[in-house]
Amino acid sequence: MAEATLTGPTALRTANGTPLKAALARASRRARLRAFLLVAPLLLFIVVTFVLPIGQMLHRSVHNDAFSAHMPALGAWFAANPRGTAPDEAAFAALAEDLRAAAAARSIGTVGTRINYEVPGTRSLFTSTARNAARLAPPYREALLAHNPDWGRADVWAAMRGASSAYSASFYLAALDLRRTPEGAVVRVEPGQRIYGQLFLRTFVLSAAITLICLALGFPVAHLLATLPLRRANLLMILVLLPFWTSLLVRTSAWIVLLQGQGVVNNVLVALGLVPEDGRLALMHNATGTIVAMTHILLPFMILPLYAVMKTIPPAYARAARSLGATSWTAFRRIYLPLCAPGIGAGAMLVFILAVGYYITPALVGGASGQLISNQIAYHMQTSLNWSLGAALATLLLAAVLALYWLYDRLVGIDNMKLG
Amino acid sequence: MAALPPYASPLERAWAWAFRALCALVFLFLIAPILVIIPLSFNAEAYFTFTERMLRLDPEGFSLRWYDNLLTFGMIAPDAPRDAAWWADAWAHATWVRAAKNSVIVGAFSTLLATALGTLAALGLARSEMPGRKAVMAILISPMIVPVIISATGVFFFFSNPGFPLPHVRLDPFAVGLAWDWRLTSTYLGIILAHTALGIPFVIITVTATLAGFDRSLLRAAASLGAGPWTAFRRVQLPLILPGVISGALFAFVTSFDEVVMVLFVGGHDQQTIPRQMWVGIREQLSPSILAVATILVVVSVALLTAVELLRRRSERLRGLSPG
Repeated sequence: MAEATLTGPTALRTANGTPLKAALARASRRARLRAFLLVAPLLLFIVVTFVLPIGQMLHRSVHNDAFSAHMPALGAWFAANPRGTAPDEAAFAALAEDLRAAAAARSIGTVGTRINYEVPGTRSLFTSTARNAARLAPPYREALLAHNPDWGRADVWAAMRGASSAYSASFYLAALDLRRTPEGAVVRVEPGQRIYGQLFLRTFVLSAAITLICLALGFPVAHLLATLPLRRANLLMILVLLPFWTSLLVRTSAWIVLLQGQGVVNNVLVALGLVPEDGRLALMHNATGTIVAMTHILLPFMILPLYAVMKTIPPAYARAARSLGATSWTAFRRIYLPLCAPGIGAGAMLVFILAVGYYITPALVGGASGQLISNQIAYHMQTSLNWSLGAALATLLLAAVLALYWLYDRLVGIDNMKLG
Repeated sequence: MAALPPYASPLERAWAWAFRALCALVFLFLIAPILVIIPLSFNAEAYFTFTERMLRLDPEGFSLRWYDNLLTFGMIAPDAPRDAAWWADAWAHATWVRAAKNSVIVGAFSTLLATALGTLAALGLARSEMPGRKAVMAILISPMIVPVIISATGVFFFFSNPGFPLPHVRLDPFAVGLAWDWRLTSTYLGIILAHTALGIPFVIITVTATLAGFDRSLLRAAASLGAGPWTAFRRVQLPLILPGVISGALFAFVTSFDEVVMVLFVGGHDQQTIPRQMWVGIREQLSPSILAVATILVVVSVALLTAVELLRRRSERLRGLSPG
C-alpha cells in the first residue's frame, strides 16, 4: 500500500496509521458495494422474471428441434452429404426408417408441422406416409415415390435439410419474407406472400402518423398549460391526466361506442344530415379506428414531457426577439421552437416507442387493415402455434424498440423520464 | 397564455382566439370519450348508443339494470330473493365480483413487491457511488419500454418451464409424490411476479425523482446525532420521500389493475381479472355491462388521480421545507 502514496513516511495517515489514500479507497469500495447491494435484489428479480424469459424467446427464434429430434437417420445423411446432393437410395432408406420410428412414437405430426411451415400443404404427406410406413419395402426410393410423388420434390428435400439441424435462421428468413431455394440461395418470396414486410411497414407508418398527430394536438395544449396561471393550468391538467389514469380497456371500449356503425359519432352525423342514413362512415375495424383510439390513448405521453420543457422556457425570450424586430412567426420559429426541441424529442420518441408495440387497441378496433405487428406475433403464439416464427417476429420488433430506446436514452436520458 | 397586450393587432387577436378554440377541441377529444360512456351505462336498453328516451331525459330511459347484471352474471341462483344467501352467492360466484377480487389480490401483492424492491433499488441508484448506474437503470426501466406482447409471450414460455434449459424439473425432496414441477403459468404467483416486473419501472422513476430533491446532509445530520443507518432512513429519509414512494406504488397498482396481455398469456381460468373479463366481453358478447364496469373504473381512476395529485402537492411542500 505504501507505494501508492508518493512519499512513504510523510504520507497522510488516518488516526490508526493506515495511509489516507488506502483508507479512502476502502471506504469508497464499501460505499460502492453498499449501493450495489441495495439494487441487487431488484436486478436479480428483473433478470429472472423479465430478461431470462425474453432471452429464452430469442433462443426459440433460432432453435427448433421438432424435425431434428425425431428424424435422426435422415439428419445423419444430410450431415454426410453436402447441399445439392440429389437424394439417393440411402437417403430414402433413412427417411423410411425415421418415418417408421416417428409413426411408432406418434411424433410424426410434429415433424410434418415443422416442414409444413416451410412448404405449405406437406403435413399430410408425412402423416399419410407414416401411417403406411410399416408396409414400405426396399428399394425405398421407388416405394416412397410410388406412395406419393411429392417425395421427389426438391423443395421438400431442401426444407428437410434446413430443418435437420435444430439451429437455423429459417424463421428469420420467413419473418423477412425471404426463403431459401433448393440450391441454397436466399430470395424474396412471391409478391402475394410478402406479408410481414408490409406489416412492419404499416406498423411504422401508423406509429409515425399517430406520433405526428399527437404532436400536432399536444403542442398547442402543452403551450397553453405552460403559459396559463398555475391555478388554471392545474385545473386543465386534470383533463389530460384523467385519460392518462383511466384504464386502457375503458378508453378502447369508449371509442368502440363512439365509432361503430350505430355509434355516437355516426348518429350525430346522420342527425345533422352530414351523412346519409345508408352511408354511415366506417370509422372502426380499419386503420382509422386504430389511429383515432391510439392517438387518444398516447396523447398524454406527448403532452406531459412537452409541458415539462415548455414550463422552463422564460416568456421573456420570445418578447426579447419581438423587441429586436422579429415577427411573431420568426420569434416562434427561431426562439421558441428550438427551446422546445428536447420536449418534442422526448414526447415523440416515447409515443412512437409505445405505439410500435401496441396490441390490445388494434386488436379491438383495428379490424384487418388496422392490425400491427404485435397482433401477428400474438396470432402465431396463440392460434397458428408457429412459436419460432412468432419469436423471430418478436425479436425483430424488440430489436427495433431497443434501438429506439437506446436513441431515447442518448437524446433525452432515461433519468429525465417523468410521470404525472 | 396571458392576456393579450393592448397593442396586439386584429390578426393576432384572431389567432389567439383560434388557438384557444383549437385547445378546447383537443381537451374535448381527450375527455369526451370518457364522459360519453357514463350516461350510456345507465341505458335501459341493450344499446350502445343514446336512445330517444334518454335524450328526452325521460327517467324511463335510464336504469341500473347493467349494474345489477354485474352482480348477477355468473351467479348460481340470480333470481332468488335478495337475502344473505343471495349476497353470499354473488360474492362467491358472480363473474365480475370474482374478477374484481382477483384484480385486487394480484394488484395488491404485486404493488407491495414492486414498491419494496423498487424503493430499495432507487435508494441505491440515487447514490453517486453506484457502479454502472446508467446500464442498471436502463435494464430496470426496460419492462416499460419492451412491448408487452413480447414480455408476455416470453414470460409464458419461461413460466411454463422455468427449469430452462433443463427439461421439466420436478422437485420432490421427500419422495412422497408431491412433486412440484415449477410451473408458474395459471397460478396467482406467476401473474403477481409478472405484474411486479411491469410495475417496477414506475416505482423506480417516481422514487428516484423524489430522491433527486432529497438533501443527503439530513442523513449526515441524523448520523451525527447518533442515529444508525436504519434509524436515519426510517425517521428522516422515509417520511420525506414517502409521497414519491406512495405515488410510485399507485402507478404500480394501476399498471397491474389495468394489465390484460400478461393475464391472457400467463393467467389461467382461476385468475380472471377485470381487464381480462372486459377483453372477453368486448370481443364476444358486447353488452352495456362493459360500460357499467368502465364507469366504475373511471370513478376509481378519479380517486387515484386525486390521491396522486394530493401526494405531489405534499411532496412539493415537504421539499420546500428542506434546506437546499
